[in-house]
Amino acid sequence: MVVALILLLVAVGSVLFHIYSPWWWTPIATNWSYIDHTISITFWITGAVFFAVIAFMAYCVFRFHHKEGRRAAYNPENKKLEWWLTIGTAVGVGAMLAPGLVVWHQFVTVPADATEIEVMGQQWQWSFRLPGKDGRMGTTNVRNISPENPMGLNRDDPHGQDDVVIESGDLHLPIGKPVKVLLRSLDVLHNFMVPEFRAKMDMVPGMVTYFWMTPIRTGTFDVLCAELCGVAHAQMRAKVIVQEVSEYHAWLETQKTFAELSGRKAVTKATYKSGGN
Amino acid sequence: MVDVPYDARADAPPAEVPEVELYHPRSWWTQYVFSQDAKVIAIQYSLTASAIGLVALVLSWLMRLQLGFPGTFSFIDASQYLQFITMHGMIMVIYLLTALFLGGFGNYLIPLMVGARDMVFPYVNMLSYWIYLLAVLVLASTFFVPGGPTGAGWTLYPPQAVLSGTPGQDWGIVLMLVSLILFIIGFTMGGLNYVVTVLQARTRGMTLMRMPLTVWGIFTATVMALLAFPALFVASVMMLFDRLLGTSFFMPALVEMGQQMKYGGGSPILFQHLFWFFGHPEVYIVALPAFGIVSDLISTHARKNIFGYRMMVWAIVGIGALSFVVWAHHMYVSGMHPKFGFFFATTTLIIAIPTAIKVYNWVLTLWRGDIHLTVPMLFALGFIITFVNGGLTGLFLGNVVVDVPLSDTMFVVAHFHMVMGVAPIMVVLGAIYHWYPKVTGRMLDDWMGKFHFWVTFLGAYLIFFPMHYIGLLGVPRRYHDIGDTSFIPSSTHTLNAFITVMALIVGFAQMVFLFNLVWSLFRGRPSGGNPWRATTLEWQTPETPPGHGNWGKELPVVYRWAYDYSVPGAAQDFIPQNQPRTTPAVQGAAP
Repeated sequence: MVVALILLLVAVGSVLFHIYSPWWWTPIATNWSYIDHTISITFWITGAVFFAVIAFMAYCVFRFHHKEGRRAAYNPENKKLEWWLTIGTAVGVGAMLAPGLVVWHQFVTVPADATEIEVMGQQWQWSFRLPGKDGRMGTTNVRNISPENPMGLNRDDPHGQDDVVIESGDLHLPIGKPVKVLLRSLDVLHNFMVPEFRAKMDMVPGMVTYFWMTPIRTGTFDVLCAELCGVAHAQMRAKVIVQEVSEYHAWLETQKTFAELSGRKAVTKATYKSGGN
Repeated sequence: MVDVPYDARADAPPAEVPEVELYHPRSWWTQYVFSQDAKVIAIQYSLTASAIGLVALVLSWLMRLQLGFPGTFSFIDASQYLQFITMHGMIMVIYLLTALFLGGFGNYLIPLMVGARDMVFPYVNMLSYWIYLLAVLVLASTFFVPGGPTGAGWTLYPPQAVLSGTPGQDWGIVLMLVSLILFIIGFTMGGLNYVVTVLQARTRGMTLMRMPLTVWGIFTATVMALLAFPALFVASVMMLFDRLLGTSFFMPALVEMGQQMKYGGGSPILFQHLFWFFGHPEVYIVALPAFGIVSDLISTHARKNIFGYRMMVWAIVGIGALSFVVWAHHMYVSGMHPKFGFFFATTTLIIAIPTAIKVYNWVLTLWRGDIHLTVPMLFALGFIITFVNGGLTGLFLGNVVVDVPLSDTMFVVAHFHMVMGVAPIMVVLGAIYHWYPKVTGRMLDDWMGKFHFWVTFLGAYLIFFPMHYIGLLGVPRRYHDIGDTSFIPSSTHTLNAFITVMALIVGFAQMVFLFNLVWSLFRGRPSGGNPWRATTLEWQTPETPPGHGNWGKELPVVYRWAYDYSVPGAAQDFIPQNQPRTTPAVQGAAP
């Protein structure tokens, strides 16, 4: 039976494609391997169901296709079978949902020692802000934004004076330290996406959103905008460079603080010993 | 003992409301153009939806050409690409699928399947179509206005949709919102008709639990649409005010291209909640009629009662109800409060249970059936595969934390095309092959039909199945050109080119289908009144195509459920719903 065979080939072919696909997720660069594990569980369960249903269907087509004299059975319901299928499905769904919710709980619970950094999106570029030596970032307001103050920091906030402002440059992060990435947008929705990080979140004008992660390997990664933001959406790029802590601090010291950028009396530049403090 | 003759009618409960006089057309215009006959309105809806659907098909070719061969076609730039995806999405979801399932199939099938002469409010039904046509014309006009159609994506998220960085900011977005508002007004008129007709105009004996699942699907979808579309309506009106009057419903304080804007205090996320409060039920507004119709196709062509009819009905109703509490699964990475994720992931995965029951019951209907591999049956099988595939990838995206890396990537595009693009269209096409003989009195050509099925099904599967893996890799959606990245292997470009070629082939197969529709109208084999030997009432009309008023002098009386196929002891392998029982309650155990 050609039809049954083709249906079966669709199921088999899908599984083989999955196994041999050269297109797969990027090597992970943060602590969110839990997410990858949850995806793997989901692939196993859904893959098994997919194959079983299609193979069963193909068998039915093969075994019960019309022949002269065949007559269908008459069985309107089978309560027992229907209940067993329902319960089985519920168990399968639970097996995916439970780990999913556990990992989500981790995802939304930011560790107390996470350093806050900030990513700001606007059409069509990225800006970054890192806390200075005080470890805190100053407050901002969209109404403060001007060519001299591109991220809209409050000039009177003492915490903001030593913030490192990076306009149209790359973001550097130290390896192994949890960071809480605060996200802001000036104009429309954007989304800070680094495929290797797995985590991502929309950036919404008028509010601050966030996610957290711990980078686990060094390297340079592409930042893409994942929420449609206008004509140049596809060109809104930057790079994240994850470095050893000492290299990160060396880089940080070369960066200008907000006070320096805004022409005020220089705030003492942050100095770090290698290895952090 | 006296042998009392058995009065079959005594088994049939009386109709809900007595018959009323029909409106009768007095001229060619009122018979064929400004018609109040649901069957004519259905054809008008279907032709208009198909016409604008062809525009969406061409748009999909253009965007695939860009994705498959970036930089090759100088007439497609970033702005136009965004305009293509926006119009393609909006047309397919609303102006094609919603209009075709409810306005097209709903109008044609509801009165015939429940044994009514027409919709209960024929005049409002006519208005519904003409307002829909106006909405389509306003939508199509945006291709010709200065700046072109909006390129905000079909979700029209503000602030982007109303700001100048997005194409179509002048006219496109305004006309898009006006068109949506008109569509909803038109739909509401039709929708009220479908609901009241099902509730009030069923013929004698047609209890709710004897209705074909097609009617259950369309009915539930219509109730949902009447509850969900108002959310889109208010969102559209508010955004129109933001754009034209400078209000700030969805607009916070912002800086556009270095300029401080006067907006302040609004919430972009509020729009997303309103949009998806409509948008998620909308998925099921398209899916439930497809569920219903495919159940009837499978049952008829497998010559077997649908397995677990009552469970199927409750699954439709349950999915309909649950679909109102899952909307924010489209917003896991929107910046809404993260705790929402727990609730919406749970509700979303629960909805998989009734949905899975439906799938099991379809394949269990095939079990020990007498499967005729007709074109409608082939499309039904194609539907099951694509729907199972797309439904299962929904479990990835619904499970909040799994959605985080996958959202906004091509995985999402592949998922929703499989589950609410290809799968419902499989049903639409199968349904056209199934009911075309009733509408025209002629069969569609079988050979062209089979060619159409295999190219469409296998082609569409080859387009969307591999696309998931491009998304898994991390390629975002709505990119006209991925450009240079460090993580995308060059083989991805080959795959993209392959997908584009398949899209062109599948598109051209639809031309064969259109040719078949026209050719068979004149040359098709005459079908007779009931070519599939089906049980439901629409196949039992005295005339084919059914005349004005559907039933001749007397309304049919219904004695049994819609699925008396291969009843043991019966002479034929089907018993029409309006065939009396010869003796009290022997045949047909079910309701």
